[in-house]
Amino acid sequence: MTEVTLKSAKTREAVSDDSEGMDYLITRQSRFVTVYLPLILIMFVLLFPFYWMGTTSVKPNSELLDMSNHNPLWVSSPTFQHFEKLLFETEYPSWMWNTMLVAVVATFLSVVASVLAAYAIVRIKYKGAQTVGGLIFLAYLVPPSILFIPLSTVIFEYGLFDSPLALILSYPTILIPFSTWLLMGYFKTIPFELEECALIDGASRLQILVKIVLPLSVPGLISAGIFSFTLCWNEFIYALTFISTSSNKTVPVAVLSELVDGDVYHWGSLMAGALLGSVPVAIIYSFFVEHYVSSMTGAVKE
Amino acid sequence: MIDAAANENAVAPVSFWTRLNENRTVLGLWFMLPAAAFLLLFLAYPLGLGIWLSLTDARIGRAGEFIGIENFTWLWGDAVFWLSVFNTLLYTIVASVIKFAIGLYLALLLNNNIAFKAFIRAIVLLPFIVPTVLSAIAFWWIFDSQFSIISWALIELGIIEQNIDFLGTPNNARASVIFANIWRGVPFVAITLLAGLQTVPQSLYEAATIDGASKWAMFRHITYPLLTPIIAVVMTFSVLFTFTDFQLIYAMTRGGPVNATHLMATLSYQRAILGGNLGEGAAISTAMIPFLLSAIMFSWFGLQRRKWQQGESDD
Repeated sequence: MTEVTLKSAKTREAVSDDSEGMDYLITRQSRFVTVYLPLILIMFVLLFPFYWMGTTSVKPNSELLDMSNHNPLWVSSPTFQHFEKLLFETEYPSWMWNTMLVAVVATFLSVVASVLAAYAIVRIKYKGAQTVGGLIFLAYLVPPSILFIPLSTVIFEYGLFDSPLALILSYPTILIPFSTWLLMGYFKTIPFELEECALIDGASRLQILVKIVLPLSVPGLISAGIFSFTLCWNEFIYALTFISTSSNKTVPVAVLSELVDGDVYHWGSLMAGALLGSVPVAIIYSFFVEHYVSSMTGAVKE
Repeated sequence: MIDAAANENAVAPVSFWTRLNENRTVLGLWFMLPAAAFLLLFLAYPLGLGIWLSLTDARIGRAGEFIGIENFTWLWGDAVFWLSVFNTLLYTIVASVIKFAIGLYLALLLNNNIAFKAFIRAIVLLPFIVPTVLSAIAFWWIFDSQFSIISWALIELGIIEQNIDFLGTPNNARASVIFANIWRGVPFVAITLLAGLQTVPQSLYEAATIDGASKWAMFRHITYPLLTPIIAVVMTFSVLFTFTDFQLIYAMTRGGPVNATHLMATLSYQRAILGGNLGEGAAISTAMIPFLLSAIMFSWFGLQRRKWQQGESDD
């Protein structure tokens, strides 16, 4: 009986998030002024740069540089000339390919390494596991901008300079600490009894990890994967320092260094490049918003 | 009982190798190997190497010799270095305070019952998703000296007479890059704080309303205390990433005009990679470490406090 009441109380609590709470005490007019108006204002500021990027990228040059005769907020004769120029006259496709390759491989390596490390820390609990967990958290706080100078000499020593391998091997240092921390949280929620049963049945640790733990932590794997992927796509300072040949560059570096020649800024193609470069991340993000948010907030809460 | 144990031993003669791999510590080491290899080779080693480099006169293509703290004494007398320290602190403090204020405000707004909540939340995060350099390029264009849309709008509205030179004068440039940083950072602060807000039990607000508490009193005595642990962590990350920011400045101003927006990170890039003085650049990076350590300490004590508040044991 008490259990039943407890349960119903719990469900009520869970539902209460969506219920109105005490909001019914507030009138509609005051709600508009205190909630919707500031929200619209902030959203406008947050979204305007995207609108501006979009309109600039489809404006012909004549319209771009003549603000007195054309309303800059609107496009009167849209054109794809900037995108065409980008795709056929520059090495943009190969920059995209480089970024994609580096992001996918680095993400894959990091997730594999993180799964193993997180499982060992949470479940195998070897001697000093707690300390290692703390060290990994500290590694998350070491920023690339203090590492890139010594790392560039290391990359040179290993003979990796100017190759995608330099990025593939250095990005995991940013991704592993974060993913490990996130996955540790997921693994902790999986009931230990499941593993105990498998251990008694004679399964090895690796079998347990692959056949029991991983299928149960798919959401965590997706979260770690897509967060890592967007971090790779966003990374700049390593790509700027370790890559010198134009065709080996990643999108963020190449757009900045290759599309600007001298003092002439081709704003149309710059914006087109920035927009196209954001598309892969935006697509992935739109499919996995919930995972993304949970990984971001999860990592902070842990 | 004894028989059974003896039997088991007899049935399963385990090799040394198998037994070794059943040992927790050895097994743990196997599992840690890939992650440890990455982190030791490409994080711990360079971190130590960076401190060593800062004590040498290394240049690109030439291993340096140990020169003690000469790089640091040289930086101590370098006005540009001190300007970059000032810029970094200004940038970090102003941007973080405003990011926190707007982020918290936005989180509180989103915590209301509003239409299309999930959709709005997804849209709000967009600035955080898009690669920083690419949005920085958009801001570069928005802040263009001739074709700035902001100048155009203000002139159309009759507020100003001529274009504002956003990135051309020191203080304008500082304000512009800080604005761009805030634009990118607010979504992160807002969404993580929103997640924290959603864990605050509604019943507390209901009780407070019945007791006749004002909106401000509810925020001050319910929301804020319950949110402090998350605020501590979020702000530590925010401060850390703002302090070590590189790409936004590099894309928008490259440190100009007259070094007015040079941060320590961009200055170290300029001196080490463009100028070739690896030792001096490494010294600037090393000088950032004390600041980072204090941020980490802050985060640590934030976390401790949370455990203490929730009455959890220290695990």
